[in-house]
Amino acid sequence: MQTATTATKKRRNGVGEVLHRIGKSPMAVAGLVILAVIFFLAVFADVIAPVHYAKQNLMHAFEPPSAQFWLGTDEFGRDILSRIIYGARISLMVGFISVGIAMCVGGVLGAVAGYYGGRTDNLIMRAMDILLSIPSILLAIAIAASLGPGLFNLMIAVGIAAIPQYARIVRGSVLSIRGQEFVEAARAVGSSDARIIFKHILPNCMAPIIVQGTLGVATAILVAAGLSFIGLGTQPPIPEWGAMLSGGRSYIRDYPYMTLFPGIAIMLTILALNFVGDGLRDALDPKLKR
Amino acid sequence: MANDRLLLDIRNLSIHYEVEDGTVRAVEGLNLRLGYGETLGFVGETGAGKTTTALGIMRLVPSPPGRVVKGEILFEGEDLLKKSEAEMRSVRGGKIAMIFQDPMTSLNPVITVDRQIAEMVALHQDVNEKEALERAVEMLALVGIRPERAKDYPHQFSGGMKQRVVIAIALACDPALLIADEPTTALDVTIQAQVLELMKELKRKLNTSMIMITHDLGIVAETCDKVAIMYAGRVVEYAEKRRLFLNPVHPYTQGLFNSLPELDEEQEELKTIPGLMPDPTDLPPGCPFHPRCGYAGPQCATESPAMVEVEPGHLVACPVRARKGDKP
Repeated sequence: MQTATTATKKRRNGVGEVLHRIGKSPMAVAGLVILAVIFFLAVFADVIAPVHYAKQNLMHAFEPPSAQFWLGTDEFGRDILSRIIYGARISLMVGFISVGIAMCVGGVLGAVAGYYGGRTDNLIMRAMDILLSIPSILLAIAIAASLGPGLFNLMIAVGIAAIPQYARIVRGSVLSIRGQEFVEAARAVGSSDARIIFKHILPNCMAPIIVQGTLGVATAILVAAGLSFIGLGTQPPIPEWGAMLSGGRSYIRDYPYMTLFPGIAIMLTILALNFVGDGLRDALDPKLKR
Repeated sequence: MANDRLLLDIRNLSIHYEVEDGTVRAVEGLNLRLGYGETLGFVGETGAGKTTTALGIMRLVPSPPGRVVKGEILFEGEDLLKKSEAEMRSVRGGKIAMIFQDPMTSLNPVITVDRQIAEMVALHQDVNEKEALERAVEMLALVGIRPERAKDYPHQFSGGMKQRVVIAIALACDPALLIADEPTTALDVTIQAQVLELMKELKRKLNTSMIMITHDLGIVAETCDKVAIMYAGRVVEYAEKRRLFLNPVHPYTQGLFNSLPELDEEQEELKTIPGLMPDPTDLPPGCPFHPRCGYAGPQCATESPAMVEVEPGHLVACPVRARKGDKP
């Protein structure tokens, strides 16, 4: 708790301080650089990608990497590089939006559970335990299957599956902060419960939530790729990385680059997010300062 | 005393905590009065029920396990215990403000101090954000903090300055009653003196009544008009400060004064009161102090002592000593 409070202080005190500390970890810097590149590709995909992701060219189907098609082409002659660049958009969007959903819903549930305690706490957290007892990929599959395939439903499914983790983390942090004197002081000046939770308690437990969020984006991208791989995610011709893996798997013996390059893209993104997440955790934790 | 002259009149208040080992009688049949503009010193050992009483007045006793069992808390003639939660929210901070013991932890570490003061103002007065922030800077100036520090975070302040900020928050809405729960315990002695001086001055300026909770008789001598001595959840002696200091009647009060070290004498050991505070889940019958009392007679173990007026405005919950009426 003390850790969280002090860490948040530092962060608020200067984003620069945290950046400075992240800067000391080469892995985190590498992660940040990779992420920045992927973000750049995603935002400017229209300009950067050699051709449109859906542009078919049957004359050039199954071409290996060459000067014209840097990463080769797939069974319809679509440029894999272009599809990966456009795919960054989809993957990042799925990752961040589904984590956003999970963070908002889980955060509120956890905060309410931790703040009120007693029966409310029991009710919410037992529901979360039930969700947690189902492997998250299975849960996401079940939700995606019932909602039907599609990009939007994919994000909802991945988001819901991640809710319990955030609820737990937020509840724990709220519990440790709830007992502090400044919360009582806030009550003594006549603040309402909602105001105390959102204005006084939650800003004090941001550090663990941010770290979990960063790592959570990686998991979400992976789960989303998994769902797309089994056909419950995005639908063709949208170039989601998982869907590209899935599309290439029947040709894996003859044309391995069709699965290899999207796989590398997924791996690099997850790796970078994990590096940044670890770096953030260390930077926000003053106990690991040196 | 006529009712309309009293700001606060607590009658027969009992607050209990229901815990696994039984019922903790934190406050038991407490009576207390406070007039407009007065400062009352609320003295007692740790666990005597001082803070519980203060939280009771604010209706902030943690529940469960705490429960106000009976009694009335008349504030400006209205019973606070009968008010709704929404009504209490406007009383808290607006009419009754509280200063907590530890300034290190009673400020929110992630909000700048001017915003913390402005929050208080915005909650109770019809002002926009800008006006609230202006008021915050005024309040900071009032407690002696320069306006350029307004945008700082609590950890950038020293302990004494944090307590000044806390005082500024408490007084921002000009409350009728200020409850200070050991406001100087966490500060070192020189800063204590400064903070007490500031509180005295502001109290005079704003004409606020104050309850000063403390276990330090020196602070009482410094700041208070009246004193209530608390023991095991009850007020055992209540008097005007000078009377109580010159003529403590209750054996417990005498014990407290005797335990202070003498300045002009060589002392090997401090004089202590024999025994310990009773276990609040298992208070002795009759007078809770009788097992430790040198004057105790047989009736002390059976009869709960009533408050007796030994001289005008000087009430003592000890019939034995009151009868003797002896002066030191």
